Amino acid sequence: MSTIDSAEVLRLAALARIDLSEAEVTRLAGELDVIVQAVATVSEVAGPDVPATSHPIPLSNVFREDVPGATLDREAIMSQAPEALDDKFAVPQILGEEA
Amino acid sequence: MGDHADLLRLSAADLAAALTAGEVSSVEATRAHLDRISAVDDDVHAFLHVNSEEALASAGAVDDARSAGETLHPLAGVPIAVKDVVVTKGQVTTAGSKMLENWVPPYDATLVTRLREAGLPILGKTNMDEFAMGSSTEHSAYGPTRNPWDLGRIPGGSGGGSAAAVAAFEAPLAIGTDTGGSIRQPAAVTGTVGVKPTYGSVSRYGLIALASSLDQAGPCSRTVLDAALLHDVIGGHDPRDSTSLPEAAPSYAEAARQGATGDLSGIRVGVVTELGGEGYEPGVRASFQAALAALTAAGADIVEVSCPSFSAALAAYYLILPSEASSNLAKFDGMRYGLRVEPGDGPATAERVMAATRGAGFGDEVKRRIILGTYALSAGYYDAYYGSAQKVRTLIQRDFAAAFEQADVLVSPTAPTTAFPFGAKLDDPLAMYLNDVATIPANLAGVPGMSLPSGLSDDGLPVGFQLLAPARQDARLYTVGAALETLLLDDWGAPLLSRAPELEVKA
Repeated sequence: MSTIDSAEVLRLAALARIDLSEAEVTRLAGELDVIVQAVATVSEVAGPDVPATSHPIPLSNVFREDVPGATLDREAIMSQAPEALDDKFAVPQILGEEA
Repeated sequence: MGDHADLLRLSAADLAAALTAGEVSSVEATRAHLDRISAVDDDVHAFLHVNSEEALASAGAVDDARSAGETLHPLAGVPIAVKDVVVTKGQVTTAGSKMLENWVPPYDATLVTRLREAGLPILGKTNMDEFAMGSSTEHSAYGPTRNPWDLGRIPGGSGGGSAAAVAAFEAPLAIGTDTGGSIRQPAAVTGTVGVKPTYGSVSRYGLIALASSLDQAGPCSRTVLDAALLHDVIGGHDPRDSTSLPEAAPSYAEAARQGATGDLSGIRVGVVTELGGEGYEPGVRASFQAALAALTAAGADIVEVSCPSFSAALAAYYLILPSEASSNLAKFDGMRYGLRVEPGDGPATAERVMAATRGAGFGDEVKRRIILGTYALSAGYYDAYYGSAQKVRTLIQRDFAAAFEQADVLVSPTAPTTAFPFGAKLDDPLAMYLNDVATIPANLAGVPGMSLPSGLSDDGLPVGFQLLAPARQDARLYTVGAALETLLLDDWGAPLLSRAPELEVKA
């Protein structure tokens, strides 16, 4: 099993879009390494013939009638936006290049 | 009706009867609980938000309808507290996180709609570990809840606020959610009752999701019958949740009333070998054994059953939960609702705003689990971790199936220890995770579980007794649970909570 060092924590934090301080990276590397070593035993429990369970009580083909219904109140939603403009969410620039 | 103190100590069933008989109004009952919250919650901190105005308005509407002779739900007018992970329209909902500080949801969870329709005034929202990640409420962004039995100790988690509110007589009923034990473990350490229903029994629509294949909402109360009455209100099919069970459920209150006779002749009770013994405090084991003796005396057959795969449950859980959480919590991106934080320097692109927002808005435990989940799901590790954990889940289901061939219900202590002091496990995530070792298998398999008090440990703190039943057989929990409750109450002479120290009442 691999170990989790600071570089790995930084890689994962970037994937998860979470800014971490240097102190957080160092602490998480230590903690996660211990946790991962502890949970790694799962790969030794079940043989290849055991199927995976993704859901405790499987239900399939769950549909309801496709009919128009009440929707949420636009004002109630927009009032909670960090920033709104003309009844729309105002977001930062979505492309990486210089504005 | 007597003074407020009497009103506060009534069970929900008895309060409902007093309301129906016209001995007390819902406004009086609701006011009494709001006053109690004002008097003790500075110390207990069970509530993050108190909705006095709205609760009293709901109570007034119930009283008016009763005066007008309308047919009301049996629990109409009985106030309730709701865990802050369940969205309430027009009432702040934070899930214990700075990410959602002051967020006002634009809709109600289905279970909240059902509470409102039945006429239960919502007193407020209860404290919890952030996004339900924790076993102590120490991971709440708003400070911990304190255990009414000892204000220096944890009330369990994540639903410590709901359990403490009920234990401190701030509410007769509360809603919890249980992903790995967050209803049952707080019930155990506060001397209250908590039920995690069968997965799909209660709609998840409007629960701020932690791990979607494990989450389930359920009742918190002081008696088994009260839990059953509340389960009857919030349960049942919901077309807004694709995992909601389609079939009608029986009356759980009926099951509890039947069980309260205390006769357990012919009931097979399976003691799970793997959920006891080493790692469980002697005082916890002694209380558990005493409860088993009471069950035996009432006619139950005690059998020992082995569930060997349970030993891998904790490891599987701490891969499945973070994996699902890392996906579910991706929606907190600072774009449409909740916190938005701009990066300290450099361009404020969407991606950098997301990272800055999540870095500032999530607490330590949430970051830990999201990064662990990201790791478990990342290329090269998926099969070894997430895939293997899902296979363990199959083995655990098989163990349950085999055990339920030999027993009608399975039992164990709910938690290995009684309430521990604040800070005792905060710096050791693995030790904290072990609190849930006995409750996690039920979530992985989707089966229902209940915790009810079995007595006090040698440290004077309450011990929880866990009952588990096959999927869709929640009624067995209420029948056997009510029977055990009757037997123990006969022995104690008064409810266990009457032995909790009186909280200091502040003007």
